[in-house]
Amino acid sequence: MKVKLCAAVAIGLSVLTVAAPASATTIERIVSPGGIEAWLVREPAVPLVVVDFAFGGGAVQDPPGKAGTAELVSSMLDDGVGDYDSKTFHDRLERKAIEMNFSVDRETLRGTMRTLKENGDEAFEDLRLSLNAPRFDASDIDLNRAQILAGLRRATTSPGDIANRRWWETAFAGHPYGRPVNGSLESLPTITADDLKAYTHRVLARSNLKIAIVGDIDPDTARAMLDHVFEGLPAKADLNPVEAVSPQGLGRRIVVSLDVPQSVVEFGGAGIARKDPDFMAAYIVNHILGGGSFSSRLYQEVREKRGLAYSVSDSLMWLDHAAMFLGTTATRDDRTGETLDLIQSEIHRLAENGPTADELAKAKAYLNSAFALNLDTSSKVAGLLVQLQLDDLGVDYISRRTAMIDAVSLDDAKRVAKRLLDGGLLVTVVGKPEGVASSGTTAN
Amino acid sequence: MSKMPTSKLPLLALVLAATLIACPASAEPDVADFTLSNGVEIVVIPDHRTPVVTHMIWYKVGGADETAGRSGLAHFLEHLMFKGTEKNPGDSFSQDVAEIGGQENAFTGSDYTGFYQRVPREHLKEMMALEADRMTGLVLTEDVVRPELNVVLEEQNMRVANNPAARLGEQIDAALYLNHPYGRPVIGWRQEIEKLTRDDALAFYRRFYTPNNAVVVIAGDVTAGEVKNDAEATYGKVAIRAEIAPRNRPKEPVQEAPRTVTLADSRVEQPSVTRDYLVPSDSTAKPGESEALDVLAHVIGNGSNSRMYRTLVVDKGIALDAGAYYSGTAFDYGKFGVYGSPKPGATLHQVEDGIDDILADVIAHGITNEELDRAKTKLIADAVYAQDNQATLARWYGAAIACGETVAMVKAWPDHIRAVTAGAVQAAAGQWLDRRHSVTGYLVKSLQSEEKHS
Repeated sequence: MKVKLCAAVAIGLSVLTVAAPASATTIERIVSPGGIEAWLVREPAVPLVVVDFAFGGGAVQDPPGKAGTAELVSSMLDDGVGDYDSKTFHDRLERKAIEMNFSVDRETLRGTMRTLKENGDEAFEDLRLSLNAPRFDASDIDLNRAQILAGLRRATTSPGDIANRRWWETAFAGHPYGRPVNGSLESLPTITADDLKAYTHRVLARSNLKIAIVGDIDPDTARAMLDHVFEGLPAKADLNPVEAVSPQGLGRRIVVSLDVPQSVVEFGGAGIARKDPDFMAAYIVNHILGGGSFSSRLYQEVREKRGLAYSVSDSLMWLDHAAMFLGTTATRDDRTGETLDLIQSEIHRLAENGPTADELAKAKAYLNSAFALNLDTSSKVAGLLVQLQLDDLGVDYISRRTAMIDAVSLDDAKRVAKRLLDGGLLVTVVGKPEGVASSGTTAN
Repeated sequence: MSKMPTSKLPLLALVLAATLIACPASAEPDVADFTLSNGVEIVVIPDHRTPVVTHMIWYKVGGADETAGRSGLAHFLEHLMFKGTEKNPGDSFSQDVAEIGGQENAFTGSDYTGFYQRVPREHLKEMMALEADRMTGLVLTEDVVRPELNVVLEEQNMRVANNPAARLGEQIDAALYLNHPYGRPVIGWRQEIEKLTRDDALAFYRRFYTPNNAVVVIAGDVTAGEVKNDAEATYGKVAIRAEIAPRNRPKEPVQEAPRTVTLADSRVEQPSVTRDYLVPSDSTAKPGESEALDVLAHVIGNGSNSRMYRTLVVDKGIALDAGAYYSGTAFDYGKFGVYGSPKPGATLHQVEDGIDDILADVIAHGITNEELDRAKTKLIADAVYAQDNQATLARWYGAAIACGETVAMVKAWPDHIRAVTAGAVQAAAGQWLDRRHSVTGYLVKSLQSEEKHS
């Protein structure tokens, strides 16, 4: 948990938002005899197999008052399983260098398994056990709970964590999206083994499951694996309905005082749904505003010209029942006000005037050719294939994407810039920002 | 859904991160290695799965090559390298990268400074030309230098000043190296960063950025033959502008006294203890020694089967986490570290005692053959998994070569791991886990609350 030395960079959303030129990657949609679907990319060059999957559900399915249930489940799926206690199972995995990781976000519980090809049979059996027969032994629950609580205690004094948590709980007050994914100091202690088992039974099912397989594996072996690993799960998930919602508190600034030399800022507003016809235009507009290249307006204005921050960026986020754009920066306390004003004025300027033709052309070129960079490892490909399925974009999406980007006109971009960026911002600031105070309708 | 990472910015690899990235690599890819007449070393790692290429240039200069009093200069120059040349002024390099859908970044460690682009394969030569141009063509004006210094100060705030664990890490390094410049933070001490100037940066640039001090690593959908032609047409045209002296940094005296440092900050909600030992690096170790340290670190402290996690976290239940690491990719010294954080109700002292018991046991009794086999399986598998990621392979080779190793040494790493014996692991533990060569760091909420531990 602590001192993780390699500063690993999350791939996160970047993988699924990029476009597609011609690529050697061929996606096969396969269905097992038991009726389980997966997307497969065969890649014999390296003798390994990656299986990625996601169950729709995630933290929004945590029972009321028990935020963190899904998080605790996911942290324990590679602990005791079937006849193996936690130690024995970990030992079994390591002897064959089988890697298994589970994670939770607001709407999915995800897993990834990586194995050398030669150990495939044992790896698939281990994966079957972890999904079908988790034990949730009391000693393992205690340990995992204690580790999550330690992370939560640390987060109480981390400016970035506070700013992010405050943003979500304000934007989605009263909605499951507003609850912290990893729970709270109050909720974690109330979660019982029965809660974990109930969650697992409700959410780990075949009806809400998306699977991708990448590596040195043929379709017949892959189909057999699908039935072996996933066929024993319940056919249908039992999910609580989630209401559609828009982020609240737009127009507010919330300042949380913390004694640190640099204030951390989270800012965001309402976005555009993944299925909305304007999504691609919004994606391009956002790339121009604060997407991940050195040429974005925020990067140029905040960092390059004025040296106000080391990093400033934002991205579109889409959930099943809400959409937003969300960004972050960190700047010295005595220039936080100036930085906030600058970000707001840049957002306003883009909303009012839209991008230039040159910016639009460059953004399209970037987004079209950057796609291949996200297909260069088996894990990245597998993650992308799962996300495309979650977003219901179709197995041919990659081949259609370039045309979708190219179809966005300057008028579209201007119109959508206004639609996306004119709705106001919710801003949370943590630090000792000089001259910045909470403001807005229900400031505290 | 997670947030978009803010990684596409020139980033500083702090000392620990920088020295950890390398270790295994596999013999599988057909790696080619040659040197141009002006001294640029070129390494080509073919990976034909996708039409993408990772292009990295490594200069054999880092924080440890700075003049005392100007800490942070290597890293500051890394940032300034994005400010343009006469031929490609302003941010036209970055604009080009963005327009072709590429990614770029840069990093600085104690022993190297690196720049890279990941681009569609057909743009490789263009990247080589741009990178060759800025090897000697950088133009700096005061009005671009000044805001960038503020950017670096904000980076220091973000990475260090705002982060108690990072501040403790700086103090540990400063205490671990009594004489060697590895004791200075790569990002620099704040009061020295504030005083860095354009002239400092240009002088450093002219001294170290020259073809005879550069290694270019290209991984991806290319062949050595085509790379060679393009390299000669681009990098091959850059004239040598400085002779590079051997890197004779001040060496450590005999270390005789175990040191402890304690960082107290009211924001610390989870105390922890970390101990770093001064040990050989991959470059300075005797044959087989650094591989024995790799195995030792794995057996005692990597993952939930390791002795430290099993004993302290699972069986005794006094720690929330515990582990060990070996950072061997360094020109002069490697570092072997152990760490743990107590479970509520247990103390730092108990965790540290538990760690000491485990170390003493390994020194006295060694490791079992079963532990040895398991560690080898895992470490060698890591090398196979690494083949799945061209950027990872490029970093391994680049970092190793910049730290004085050779392509052959990196390729042979899995074989060297296979050859490690239980006896060699015990001998390495006995020789190198010597408290006199170590610093123990405590991260606590207040000095009063932890008096009993010091």
